[in-house]
Amino acid sequence: MSDVSQPAAHPPVTDWVNDFDHTDPQWTDDPFPIWEELRAASPVVHTERFLGCYMPTTYEAVREIANDTEHFSSRRIIVRNVRPEIARNAAPPITSDPPVHKPAKQLLLPPFTPDAMKKLEPRMRAICNELIDGFIADGKVDAAARYSKYIPVQAIAHMLGIPESDSDLFINWIHMILELGIKDENMLLQAVQEMSDYFRGHIEERRSKPTDDLISYLMNARDRDGQPLEESHVLGSLRLLLIAGIDTTWSAIGSSLWHLARTPVDRERLIAEPELIPTAVEELLRAYSPVTMAREVVKDTTVSGCPVKAGNMVLLSFPAANRDPKMFPDADKVVIDRRENRHAAFGLGIHRCVGSNLARMEMQVALEEWLKRIPDFRLDPAGTVTWSQGTVRGPRQLPFLLGKAM
Amino acid sequence: MAERLKVRVDPDKCQGHARCKALAPELFELDEYGNAHAAGDGTVPPGLEDKAWLAKSNCPEIAIDVVEE
Repeated sequence: MSDVSQPAAHPPVTDWVNDFDHTDPQWTDDPFPIWEELRAASPVVHTERFLGCYMPTTYEAVREIANDTEHFSSRRIIVRNVRPEIARNAAPPITSDPPVHKPAKQLLLPPFTPDAMKKLEPRMRAICNELIDGFIADGKVDAAARYSKYIPVQAIAHMLGIPESDSDLFINWIHMILELGIKDENMLLQAVQEMSDYFRGHIEERRSKPTDDLISYLMNARDRDGQPLEESHVLGSLRLLLIAGIDTTWSAIGSSLWHLARTPVDRERLIAEPELIPTAVEELLRAYSPVTMAREVVKDTTVSGCPVKAGNMVLLSFPAANRDPKMFPDADKVVIDRRENRHAAFGLGIHRCVGSNLARMEMQVALEEWLKRIPDFRLDPAGTVTWSQGTVRGPRQLPFLLGKAM
Repeated sequence: MAERLKVRVDPDKCQGHARCKALAPELFELDEYGNAHAAGDGTVPPGLEDKAWLAKSNCPEIAIDVVEE
């Protein structure tokens, strides 16, 4: 039976160095040896696919591009088959370049500081425990479908002030935008339209009844001239917060649990030394970074000595940068107590993820609560682990057996 | 006698990853946007030298300097 939820296939890749494709099933399944091959070939590789696209393969080349907003624009941030028209206020600030980027970013930062996240932490612990209550007695669980998925959805729904019970709606839009939308523009436009309509309804409700949440916060925000934001800006930022906050952290929590299921020695150490969990979270973020961004080359330049031509996209793989052995000794090993870790999982430069403090808090709480209640678990040999395709990588099916192995 | 250390954050480089605040909360403060600066005049009290170096070596933007005075 064909699976309609999977994007259409591209021709298979036979020459990774000259014809890479981040939607290829081999990349989705195990990208790490591919990145190693590309890195050995050149700091920057190119493919004719996606109407022309580069990929920096080293940490240094990724840093150069992330810090160069003159030659590399964020007006397009997903590598797709097509180049949909650039929408005004698509999703500020992630789709903004200087000088409009900074005020749009500063608007979103105060609700996401570490102190603001501390206030949300008790609610997150409760959410994690409610989810665990739902399956702990079963002896087995798909941890991606029933645990890691719902933690970030419920967190961002809580912050935005929209019903947590709409979670499956949000998850479907994200699938349409980030996975199906790579190859099907109509899918992308439909999801954007539906999300905008959804948020317009919530904005309308708040006009008569203001609330204490991020939607009201953005509605009441003023720009530098004291004017309210354009509606398209408010909607764009709301779409961004919903999209960016969900399958990213879903993936990060899922990959972390996947690692711990297969690595009893790390699991036992974190149970014995829970104070090590924040350090472990950073290492798991490095080794299994979920998010690959993109830029569009707007002026010819060179990166790590390689010429780069305007009109191409750039696949800005923070995950590949984080596996560069020149930057990280034993880059392909998870060193759960790694002390020096300048990983780029949340990006580098002005587009550093606005939700990084939220994501870190969610990961830490999700692992702490899981390990307290489920110290023993392993992959279910009768099930299959599957990974999402494209822009955000993480387990979408994660079948576990709970309890000690017999 | 050991040299006294001072930490400094380059405000043009800091992007608010907040790793320094997590690793060395005594030595750094965050502003309302979550961007970091040194606590007080940046002087590292005795016993916290390791934390200063740890913060420096975990800053993704290479925004932190530790200087000996």
